[in-house]
Formats: sequence, C-alpha cells, structure tokens
Amino acid sequence: MSGGPGLESLVDQTISVITNDGRNIVGVLKGFDQATNIILDESHERVFSTKEGVQQLVLGLYIIRGDNISIVGELDADLDSSLDWSKMRAYPLKPVIH
Amino acid sequence: MSTGIFGCVQLFFSYFKELVGREVTVELKNDLAIRGTLHSVDQYLNIKLENTRVVDQDKYPHMLSVRNCFIRGSVVRYVQLPPEGVDVELLHDATRREARGG
Repeated sequence: MSGGPGLESLVDQTISVITNDGRNIVGVLKGFDQATNIILDESHERVFSTKEGVQQLVLGLYIIRGDNISIVGELDADLDSSLDWSKMRAYPLKPVIH
Repeated sequence: MSTGIFGCVQLFFSYFKELVGREVTVELKNDLAIRGTLHSVDQYLNIKLENTRVVDQDKYPHMLSVRNCFIRGSVVRYVQLPPEGVDVELLHDATRREARGG
C-alpha cells in the first residue's frame, strides 16, 4: 500500500516504541512487517518512576510483536540529547485497556 | 449484506484520507492524547502524525523527544477532528448506505 503510514522511512533510525503494557523501548529500527512486528537493534528500555530519574536498561536485539505495540515514535536525536532524562520524574504510562 | 465490517472500515479509511494535513488529537487506550498534523492513514486505521506533542506533557514526558509518530490503529480510542473537517451530511449518507448493505 503506497502512501500509507508505513515504517519504511524509519528504518535504520532511532525510534521510541511504547508498548501496550506501558513500557518505553528505544532502539534502532531494523525491520518491520504488515502486522507492525518490529526488529529493534541496540535497544534499551527507559524506566520512568516518580522516585528517581529515568533508568536505562540495556536489552540488545529485540523483536516486538505488533499486537503489543501502541506507538512508534521517530526520536529527534538533538532534542533527545538536550533533555536530561536522569532528572525526569513521571509515573509509568498506563497499560492499554481494550 | 455484502460489504459488512470491511465496508465500514473502508468508509472510515476514505474519510480519514480526506483529513490528511489537518490538525487532530488522537486519544489512545492508555489515556495518552497526542496532537499533531495527520500525515497518513492506512486500511488498519494506523495513523501517522507530524509535529506531535502530548496534550499533558508534564504528566507524560515520555515522548518529549518525538516529533513524528506512528500510532497503531488498534490502540486508538478517539480521534478529535477539527469541526470544519466534518461533513456530517456526507457521513450520514455514507453510513446509512453501509447499514442498508450497499
């Protein structure tokens, strides 16, 4: 399907994925398919909490099933590095309730 | 009924295609609301937004460094449209036609 909101333009770019259980995984998009299953390389999870700043957990190469994906965001590298995530405090995102 | 659910999806797919370029707010099933310019939509009603910002950024700083995003159709709860983007008469006619089965 041409012109649709595919993920072609995001391949090899750093993306931020929000999953249905509210996790935020950042990594380089290596592949995807029709069902939004995605392959993420050099991925890490950003864990938000109100008690401390954002923690980064290294995950490595990840495949995420499309069913479990809410948002795929294109990470703006300059914007991202200008933010001090270690000082950011927030409640984790709520899980998706269908 | 020949078209069924598929016909309905087609109807809303066409409808959203008309709204490309407009400013919309997409509310997700995790209560997150994202505002941005509608870039594209596909047959699953997946949505791509540009120049996005989360409506309550203090509460949800998770996407502060995201300017363009892809939202999976399955997690969309509401799409808030600009009032001038809604042709109520056209939608009435189209949905009634669907309900009659073509």
